[in-house]
Amino acid sequence: MMVKEVLFGKTLEELKQVAKDLGFPGFVAKQLADWLYKKKVTGIDEMLNISKKNRDILKEKYDLGLSAYNKVQESIDGTKKYLFKTISDQYIEAAYIPSENRNTLCVSSQVGCKMGCLFCMTGKQGFQKNLSAGEILNQMVSIDENDKLTNLVYMGMGEPMDNLDEVLKSLEIITSEWGFAWSPRRINVSTIGVVPAMRRFIEESECHLAISMHSPLNDQRKELMPIENVYPIEDVIQTLREYDFGRQRRISFEYIMFEGVNDSKEHALEIAKLINGLHSRVNLIKFHPIPNSPLKGSSNEVMERFKNVLENKGIITTIRKSRGEDIYAACGLLSTKKLVENKSNKDY
Amino acid sequence: MPRKKIELFPHKVVRLTNVVSEVFTLSMERKFDFVPGQVVALAINNEHDPRLYSIASGTGEDVLTILFDIIDGGFLTPQLVQLKPGDEVYISEPFGKFIPGDEDMWWLATGTGIAPFISMVKSGIKLPEKLIHGSRTLDHFLFQELFHDKLGEKYLRFCTAEESPEVYSGRMTEWLKEQSGLPKEIKYYLCGNPNMVVEVRDLILSKGVDFNNIMAEIYF
Repeated sequence: MMVKEVLFGKTLEELKQVAKDLGFPGFVAKQLADWLYKKKVTGIDEMLNISKKNRDILKEKYDLGLSAYNKVQESIDGTKKYLFKTISDQYIEAAYIPSENRNTLCVSSQVGCKMGCLFCMTGKQGFQKNLSAGEILNQMVSIDENDKLTNLVYMGMGEPMDNLDEVLKSLEIITSEWGFAWSPRRINVSTIGVVPAMRRFIEESECHLAISMHSPLNDQRKELMPIENVYPIEDVIQTLREYDFGRQRRISFEYIMFEGVNDSKEHALEIAKLINGLHSRVNLIKFHPIPNSPLKGSSNEVMERFKNVLENKGIITTIRKSRGEDIYAACGLLSTKKLVENKSNKDY
Repeated sequence: MPRKKIELFPHKVVRLTNVVSEVFTLSMERKFDFVPGQVVALAINNEHDPRLYSIASGTGEDVLTILFDIIDGGFLTPQLVQLKPGDEVYISEPFGKFIPGDEDMWWLATGTGIAPFISMVKSGIKLPEKLIHGSRTLDHFLFQELFHDKLGEKYLRFCTAEESPEVYSGRMTEWLKEQSGLPKEIKYYLCGNPNMVVEVRDLILSKGVDFNNIMAEIYF
């Protein structure tokens, strides 16, 4: 059976090419974008201003590419974790986090992850594949609360900068007038600091950027995050200093606090030194222990003390409220390892 | 504002060697000093985004060599195997901090993740107490003569799909699981695909090795 191409996740330029390839008038591309991203149709036959003949031609080669979630779990705090099956039969998760003044969706950008951070569940399932822009956006439009969303964070499974082409495509669709027409200020993309891709993201997107720091000390960060061997945190910060982010675009540093590891006053002072003068903020995150991890979370008291040290140095610091812990939807807990088949062709 | 990229410099190709089936070494003229364990960013021209490769040559050699395998559907590696001596490629200055000190060590690698260890052995830095290398097939224990010669009994090979009297049959993780005690006061250097790195790290952590003693380099 011929595998059909997917329409959802194509940019306006790509839709123009689709229209051209099929011999449709040029304006059909805009109509397609309208149906896909504004009217949010669930089938090609719902695209009523495209002629029946052209819809039939379209259906021969293309699918819409939307897929419903397979499972949803709800936390006692209202957080919901959605499980999706991708087009290639793999699984990803997205977390819906409602709060008083905003409803945030945390989306995945890859199935699994290559980065191997010591404290993260996703890395333990290995890397399976990059998500397409359509698969990233599908998480947004296929959850029950799709109309209530106010904010989007790329902080689910995967390293967004390791799949930057598709991440940027998805952002273009979300923020373009012909797409979802969201303000880029409602979107935050995280990275562990893959410097070349981060540069491209800064230059080609207007969205906020969150850097996973987790330690200001090279040797210690290497133990927590192998990426430090290649792109040390001071290089990441030096790169950020080269850009003018304006007053509206936000740079934040994510800092998971591990008891007795990175939660001392010296660490806080080192962070202050490292980001001195950079218009940014620090988010302190409570660590949710994961199986077989040598790490434990810092106490609330220690986190408050750490916050005070940073604030006394003039750094805007927040302690991120933990959400969805009981359904493993909290930061660093997204994983579909149990759903991943064991591969028999391992070389180790 | 034009995008600022990693600065790349033209280097002439000296030779391309087919090590085994889809695995090659690419040697280029050498313009920079480096420390064993460092990487270079490499591109076929100055327009495309480079990829990172560990240096696989010694500090005493007059060429700089990388080790790579052809990635199915990849952009760069199918072009690398077309290169001829005298062609130009673009590489960055060496960088990276996967650099051992003078402590006692175990090195663990899969596939082309052996590259930094080749550089370390060829450069004459302190040798490890063990080098553990995993491969699916017997012919993919890359540079095994070098390691066998320098490390003798300390060089352990684990083959998952074929058998030979000289190598362990099965996975290195199975062997590690069976060890009654792993040394706690040494450093463990892991290099290879992320799945191996994560699984081996979890395993040695479960055996009581402190995470402070585990260094990982991931090929992504």
